[in-house]
Amino acid sequence: MPNRTKEPFIRIIKRDSMPFAKRVLVRVLAILASLLVSAVFIFIITRSNPADVYRSLVDGAIGTGRRTWNTLRDTSILLATALAITPAFKMRFWNIGAEGQILVGGIATAAIMRYWGNSVHPLVMFAAMVIVSVLAGLVWGIIPAFFKAHWNTNETLFTLMMNYIAIQLTAFFSIVWEAKKGSGTIGTINQKTQAGWISTGFLPDIFGKFNYSINVIIILALTIAMFIYLTYTKHGYEISVVGQSENTARYAGIHVKTVILRTMALSGAICGFTGFLLVSGSSHTISTNTAGGRGFTAIIVSWLAKFNPFIMILISFFLVFMGNGATQIASEFQLNESASEVITGIILFFILGSEFFINFKPVFRRNGKESAA
Amino acid sequence: MSAYAIELKGICKYFGAVAANQDVSLNVKKGEILSLLGENGSGKTTLMNMLSGIYFPDAGQIFVDGKEVTIRSPKDAFRLGIGMIHQHFKLIDIFTAAENIILGMEDGQRVIRMKEVCADIQKLLDRYGFKLDLNKKVYDMSVSEKQTVEIVKMLYRGASLLILDEPTAVLTPQETDHLFEVLRNMRNDGKAIIIITHKLHEVLAISDRVSILRKGRYIGTVDTAEATEMSLTEMMVGEKISLDIDRCDPVDPKKCLEVKHLTCLNKYGVKALNDVSFTAMSGEILGIAGIAGSGQKELLEAVAGLQAGTGSILFTDPDTGKEEELMGKDPLQIKRMGISLAFVPEDRLGMGLVGDMGMPGNMMVRSYRTGNGPLLEQRGPKALSEKIREDLGVVTPGINYPVRRLSGGNVQKVLVGREIASAPKLIMTAYAVRGLDINTSYAIYNLLSDEKKAGAAVIYVGEDLDVLLELSDRILVLCQGQVSGIVDARTTTKEQIGLMMTSLGRKEEEHA
Repeated sequence: MPNRTKEPFIRIIKRDSMPFAKRVLVRVLAILASLLVSAVFIFIITRSNPADVYRSLVDGAIGTGRRTWNTLRDTSILLATALAITPAFKMRFWNIGAEGQILVGGIATAAIMRYWGNSVHPLVMFAAMVIVSVLAGLVWGIIPAFFKAHWNTNETLFTLMMNYIAIQLTAFFSIVWEAKKGSGTIGTINQKTQAGWISTGFLPDIFGKFNYSINVIIILALTIAMFIYLTYTKHGYEISVVGQSENTARYAGIHVKTVILRTMALSGAICGFTGFLLVSGSSHTISTNTAGGRGFTAIIVSWLAKFNPFIMILISFFLVFMGNGATQIASEFQLNESASEVITGIILFFILGSEFFINFKPVFRRNGKESAA
Repeated sequence: MSAYAIELKGICKYFGAVAANQDVSLNVKKGEILSLLGENGSGKTTLMNMLSGIYFPDAGQIFVDGKEVTIRSPKDAFRLGIGMIHQHFKLIDIFTAAENIILGMEDGQRVIRMKEVCADIQKLLDRYGFKLDLNKKVYDMSVSEKQTVEIVKMLYRGASLLILDEPTAVLTPQETDHLFEVLRNMRNDGKAIIIITHKLHEVLAISDRVSILRKGRYIGTVDTAEATEMSLTEMMVGEKISLDIDRCDPVDPKKCLEVKHLTCLNKYGVKALNDVSFTAMSGEILGIAGIAGSGQKELLEAVAGLQAGTGSILFTDPDTGKEEELMGKDPLQIKRMGISLAFVPEDRLGMGLVGDMGMPGNMMVRSYRTGNGPLLEQRGPKALSEKIREDLGVVTPGINYPVRRLSGGNVQKVLVGREIASAPKLIMTAYAVRGLDINTSYAIYNLLSDEKKAGAAVIYVGEDLDVLLELSDRILVLCQGQVSGIVDARTTTKEQIGLMMTSLGRKEEEHA
């Protein structure tokens, strides 16, 4: 008999499934391990007690009312972006263009604030801001979908490039509207009148000083709506089927092109709306950094939550909590922003890595026994 | 030096409990063309994959030039001068022919001198009579040109044994003639060639000897000069095996589906179906036999509204006598016309089911539009899932368990159960028992027989001729996208069908 080929030292095989409790345990262990590695990192850099550093991390995220509030607000915006891209991702349409879709929504909002800010009734103005920002995001989302549906272009590259167009458009309007010279950024819009600001321009003083909470409430409603849309509606079902197998979709009589266009329209529209919430609801200005990378972070949120909107709440909170906390560490221990990014990176690496061990297990070369992680 | 370019002795390969090859021994001489003949699933491709280093044999010996060798990888195969041309080409679209030919070659030089390389390749082309523009990009090429690139690639690397897996399946008759001419030139130059094919007339036209496999076993080798289509068919299909499938006579058959002059193109733009006409009756099982890829898939998909074509597909409701034309309609339109049509496609998880969903989600593939408003109706699919689980004995941890994780037999029960749940007038199944164990297969045969008794027209595309002969009432035989005949299953023999599957017989002579 010919020689058997030598078995590789380590092979990776797919697991059947892991019990729920074990999956939770693996993830918790991963987070603990990441904190441990981060602690080593912190100690090497700062020579200070990692416990102090972690205390300052929590302090930075939820230490004061204002910080808690910032964390909640950032969480809700990240959550909104994750909700926006989820229908597309569930359909296996890799919309990495949320960044650009948010920006065009923001530009549209800022335009209304600038041009109508002091001349139109607030209700009309808000209606206009919502409609125009949603439409802008929708158009930005539906362009790559149209090309995908009709000519099967690569949506990843297409949506990515649409981001750069949106960024350049933002830069263009910054110059046209305000700063023809100098930094090229625009300041707060309607600083004096606060026209078009969600916090004050609309339903004044219902929530007192926590008027920003209208953002949070809108996004919580959106979360529930998205859960229902994906789980209980015919549209949601069509999205799942198209994502799984286009042939099965055709077999079921689903018009695949229509579903692609409709879903990306929805995805882009929610991104546009998020742009409105960002500009009108919190920053009151627009710059090329307004979306701030959320369009990409949202992908992590959506995937880690396995497209479940309620789990996205937890994950976006966790990411923002870590991010804001890390900023505090950076200032308190005289580290720069990069140090906080390293810590977030370490934590994400462990969380994503744990997913690998939940789905796969390494098998070492047989010496009689199998080994699993 | 041995007279044999390659010799196989006692080769075995198992996939789990399935023996894909069992004790196969054959040889090819230098300057000879050997045909490897066998039905679907007879183990031809598995055997050749072991020669080209894709699989590793579980037992047996391989000799190249009289010396025993071990082939662990495609690289080993190259080194031994074995070149395989697969059915699906492995070329880079945006490269030219010449670039594809030298791709991955290691000659130790850092600079590619394209002019010299092209001159070398051109010599090779002239020597064997290939027609090929070396500077043409692959995406501009016809299927036949791509195949030429694959063959030249192997020759340029110094292959002395070429294996071609169904090379003529995608070629026009003229291209086939040209290919054969080139193959003969190569043989005369001393190359050894193995050609895998289903087409008996091609076997007779091109090869010197024929080796036959059946169900993974080696049956024998004959000289082509002494073989006839009939003798080869007999070796290929073997003795008839009795299966005891319960078959009753059709009761009150009425016209249900009438297909006239149906012609469809496949994705290569080649005619997958060519002027197909037949009638399926209610209360009857119409079997469809044919070598894989003879147009079965396109035929069923055309009726289901998933494949474009020309001609006429007329559906007649056996109860009301109402007639509807299905040609040019999509699945949704067919459903909206009130036509109750069941279709069990070949690719169960890829076309009929949604793998990651549980049973209720898969029931909804047919019914999710039920009810007004935007919300899904969930109770009906759930109840149907429970019923199918109970009635057909689907083994699953729970109805919400993803169907992808079920065994093949249970996946098929979910699919067939859903399809017959709506009491369809017309049922089409493609390879309904492929990969299933005996018990599940009989369960499926019985389900189809019950539907037939209930008055449905059943179209059963199958590959096992014994089953086709015992289950069907009539059998339509497809060959290269054409109907080579419709026969009575009660009086026909396996050999007759085998012959009709592999050659169009008289019909082709008329065309020639």
